[in-house]
Amino acid sequence: MKPLASLAVRSIWNRRGTATLTVFALAVSVMLLTGVELLRTGAKESFARTISGTDLIVGARSGPVNLLLYSVFRIGEPISNLSWDSYRLVENHPAVAWTVPIALGDSHRGYRVLGTSDDYFSHYRYGERRPLEFSEGHAFADEQDAVLGAEVAHAFGYSIGTDILLSHGIGEVGFHEHEEHGFHVVGILAPTGTPVDRTVHVSLEALAEIHGSEEMAGLTAFLVGMKSKDSVLVMQRALNEYRQEALTAVIPGVALQQLWQVVGVADRALFLVAALVVLAGLIGMLAMILASMGERRREMAVLRAVGARPVHVFLLLLIEAVLLAATGAVAGILAAHFALAGAASWLASRYGMFLSPQGPGLFDLLVAAAVILAAALAGLLPAWLAYRNALTDGLAVRT
Amino acid sequence: MNEAALEISDLRFAYGAGSPVLDIPRLIVKRGERVLLRGPSGSGKSTLLGIVSGVLAPGGGHVKLLGSDLGAMPAASRDAFRGDHVGLIFQMFNLLPYLTVLENILLPARFSACRRDRCSPNPVSEGRRLMTALGLSGADEATRRVVNLSIGQQQRVAAARALLGRPELVIADEPTSALDSDLRDSFLQLLMAECNAARATLLFVSHDTSLGPRFDRQLAIHDINRVRTDEASA
Repeated sequence: MKPLASLAVRSIWNRRGTATLTVFALAVSVMLLTGVELLRTGAKESFARTISGTDLIVGARSGPVNLLLYSVFRIGEPISNLSWDSYRLVENHPAVAWTVPIALGDSHRGYRVLGTSDDYFSHYRYGERRPLEFSEGHAFADEQDAVLGAEVAHAFGYSIGTDILLSHGIGEVGFHEHEEHGFHVVGILAPTGTPVDRTVHVSLEALAEIHGSEEMAGLTAFLVGMKSKDSVLVMQRALNEYRQEALTAVIPGVALQQLWQVVGVADRALFLVAALVVLAGLIGMLAMILASMGERRREMAVLRAVGARPVHVFLLLLIEAVLLAATGAVAGILAAHFALAGAASWLASRYGMFLSPQGPGLFDLLVAAAVILAAALAGLLPAWLAYRNALTDGLAVRT
Repeated sequence: MNEAALEISDLRFAYGAGSPVLDIPRLIVKRGERVLLRGPSGSGKSTLLGIVSGVLAPGGGHVKLLGSDLGAMPAASRDAFRGDHVGLIFQMFNLLPYLTVLENILLPARFSACRRDRCSPNPVSEGRRLMTALGLSGADEATRRVVNLSIGQQQRVAAARALLGRPELVIADEPTSALDSDLRDSFLQLLMAECNAARATLLFVSHDTSLGPRFDRQLAIHDINRVRTDEASA
């Protein structure tokens, strides 16, 4: 095998132009497949990491997935607000440990503004129940105070003491900025790898002031922590069946599961497409090897002359297919990891997808193994043709 | 010690179910003998070489090479036997384009431990010695790509490869037909000298009758093959 492997390498190197293109095509296809999977698992992880320690999310009546998306991930728009009365009712319920109100709807230079209370900073948890931490400053104490997510501060170079303006609506450019209501940065949160990083936090009172009223007309949603886990389901049912106002209460983990079910279909379709692209790459490799067979019949005759058996000729071509595929697979997998690592900050700012960097894992190993196995199967064809030629050609090439 | 390098009796051969190509009642080549085999193209010469080198299985009769009956060996053993005991030179396209001159010469040592062991002191030194002997010397000749060589040089590389590891039998299938007469003469001279030095038996095929006097013996394929030329196909 060893003399054959080195011959195969030399032979490929001799055709390095076409071989490089073949490997490149394979690498791109494997990169696509790996990239899709990395994004999928990354997105799932990123979403699952965003909220923890919250027992219920409560909003106006809507689908559970929708509520989860707009309240926690800042994706999409709430259909309607819920009333303060409902909030107070839950807040004062004896089984409830804490509540955090959430009011969305304004933006600052493309970043969402979240109106909330001090409780947000003490009760919100992400990842493995990690609390929010201030890298600088403190929570808001005043109606003009704002607390920035790490990315917002970084993006605009804001620091403690910077004055910022908030605009109504959520576009990059608001129709009218609330010029008379400038804010004052008093705190900057440490990076969390969640949408919190891309949020400007202000007090509910401040939001009400902007909109020219004593109190916010309503809330977008609120987060609930129960004193005992046993009461979560009871509270959820009570809220969903609450007569005075149509509410939806969801358990974050359950809503996430529903989200994955929805996304799963598209997910599998995308995976299938990527797998087919890999197949196309393998077919390209097969075409390249088959195209080289004609000119290589003499090469095979020379090898036969120095004692090579037909099975050596067979193995030579099989090894070639496996080497090309292995190179393409490894290059593709590495490229996918590097590309996603490079695109991490863009994905975070543009899509709120916080991918935690990870080295090649089990999936990559499986992809590489599958590609190499498929290449070996594909390589059986040219290998068999060469084997047959070796038997019939003898020492002289008959054409 | 069997004195015959090659001993053929009642050899018959046809490709598949086609008409017979060879019918050779008897042919003996002694060890160390240098034999010229003549005949027009299509007379079954290349087929005979294919059988003698073990690439083709004899259809009937016996082909004893160095005392071993090729017809009684499975294909894999014939391939190994060829690698160990036979050096081959083709008319053209003898070399692997992706290997250097020296690497091409060392090819037999890749496939045959026997040839490797017979190189003294080692394959690389022996390969370089053959290069010098065949007029391929030069400081960077060994690492040159074979595609940059002239036809004459390529045939010398092929000869060096065939001689590496002192195989008992060297088979050359019209190796000089692509060379002009000056190159042909110097090539033959060098090949003969090296075969003598290695005490190798040389079976040389050519349709060039003027080469005859240089060999110990001349054979016309017509005289040994009972299948008539116009019936034979190769």
